[in-house]
Amino acid sequence: MIEGASGPWEVVIGLEIHAQVISRAKLFSGASTAFGAQPNTQVSFVDAAMPGMLPVINEACVAQAVRTGLGLRAAINLRSVFDRKNYFYPDLPAGYQISQYGQPIVSRGEVVIDLAGGVARRVGITRLHLEQDAGKSLHDQHPELSYVDLNRAGVALMEIVSEPDLRSAEEAGAYVRKLRTILRYLGTCDGNMQEGSLRVDANVSLRRLGAPFGTRCEIKNVNSIRFLQQAIDYEAGRQRDVLEGGGRVVQETLLFDPGEGVTRSMRSKEEAHDYRYFPDPDLLPLELDPQWVEDIRRGLPELPDEKKARFVADYGLSAYDAGVLVAERETADFFEAVARGRDAKLVANWVTGDLFGALNKAGRDIATSPVNTARLGQLIDRIADQTISGRIAKEVFEAMVETGADADAIIIERGLRQITDAGAIEDAIAAVLAANHDKVQEYRAGKDKLFGFFVGQVMKATQGKANPKLVNEMLRGALSG
Amino acid sequence: MALDKAAVVRIAKLARIKVAEAELEPLARELDGILGWVAQLNELDTSDLPPMTSVVAARLPRRPDTVNDGGYPERILANAPRTEGGFFAVPKVVE
Repeated sequence: MIEGASGPWEVVIGLEIHAQVISRAKLFSGASTAFGAQPNTQVSFVDAAMPGMLPVINEACVAQAVRTGLGLRAAINLRSVFDRKNYFYPDLPAGYQISQYGQPIVSRGEVVIDLAGGVARRVGITRLHLEQDAGKSLHDQHPELSYVDLNRAGVALMEIVSEPDLRSAEEAGAYVRKLRTILRYLGTCDGNMQEGSLRVDANVSLRRLGAPFGTRCEIKNVNSIRFLQQAIDYEAGRQRDVLEGGGRVVQETLLFDPGEGVTRSMRSKEEAHDYRYFPDPDLLPLELDPQWVEDIRRGLPELPDEKKARFVADYGLSAYDAGVLVAERETADFFEAVARGRDAKLVANWVTGDLFGALNKAGRDIATSPVNTARLGQLIDRIADQTISGRIAKEVFEAMVETGADADAIIIERGLRQITDAGAIEDAIAAVLAANHDKVQEYRAGKDKLFGFFVGQVMKATQGKANPKLVNEMLRGALSG
Repeated sequence: MALDKAAVVRIAKLARIKVAEAELEPLARELDGILGWVAQLNELDTSDLPPMTSVVAARLPRRPDTVNDGGYPERILANAPRTEGGFFAVPKVVE
């Protein structure tokens, strides 16, 4: 909802996501899909649309689309059809894109998004279809020319279309993040938005609550979640101003300008597109064997929603912590490796707290963590067996990150072993009480708050190494005596 | 006539074919004639028949996910009117 002078408006958003399929070869040719090669070195005559060349479908790309559909709890259509979508652009050599129009490979799925305050919401998936990517045009290399590289032409894409179920920029962001997480778990798309492996188009319209849908505008090719949210907020505000000014929203295609933070009309698209879809005569309908689909279903990994539910049920984690841990499969695996046989909540705190902090600071991800699962486990074991206190453990952890040594080595080398010897603690307490005679009097006269002060002094006297529980108990005894 | 001059203009534009004004009317007549001839097929009742997408009773052939093509940029670029540094070079197209 956004506020207007004439009352609130409901923002209605549907997203179309183009996700590049992870495969070695292209959708209809044997050319490589690897990113970053020299221009036009990964192009076959099929991709270049040389006359007489025929497309042959890559079965692995079909499997990836099915896998994704199953991960989105969608219907897999055992018969789908490839169509030609006709338009002219220099990076589309054939003059048409092979896509799926009336009969896509996947329909009717859902994604559950996690919103602030632990709220979960279902977002409908209308369809997922397979299509070819276009080549890449570079417009800034020459004053009068555009340069075209066809390496990307023909790489398999999954276009994933959501229902208009999203109601704010935040929800749109949560949807993209969740979809990306699911794709990464499935191993069907790497989700890298900078490299263009995941591209988002947003359809945005406004309406009064309960009224029919308003006229929508489509914001094309947004390549980060932050820009997507900015673009939606800007566009919702623009449409509100048009509507409240007595105008009508004109259906158009927009580009978001991140520099100015505004959306602009793409004039080239003003000419109403007529793609003249028709079934591609070079390709028979794609028919899938139900058993083949079933085999893919059986091979699916545990997905983020299931993993999260299991972390809550089996490890007693909060929904929030579980959600943070399952956002990346690598993080979830790391957590589980450490949590096995240990206090899972404590492990979750260490992973989401100190470890994430250290990774952020070092600009690393969990795969290249300076502290591996065995070492974090050893550190947590030393807390559990009371060799060190939780507070000292943080110091040990920092040293582990810095030096690469393990916890035991650092504890020994720096003499950080916890003092659990009652005699030593008793001596420290006696010294503190003797040195603070006046405060002891005040405490005994009823100033309870001073207890914390005494604890602090004893910890200081033992360089933080005294067992805090013992200190508390013994100090209470000594002060009441 | 079902297909008029305006439709021919539109089709020509979408197909990027330049048609002289004088040719539009005759072209509309011709195309309309072709469509009318094909439209005879509508006289058949096909309500119980699935659409036929191919004349061969075959399964769509599949290829394995193996890289076995590409690596010949000079052949890909051989027919291009202009190239620069391994790219096709075309008149500037900008959004």
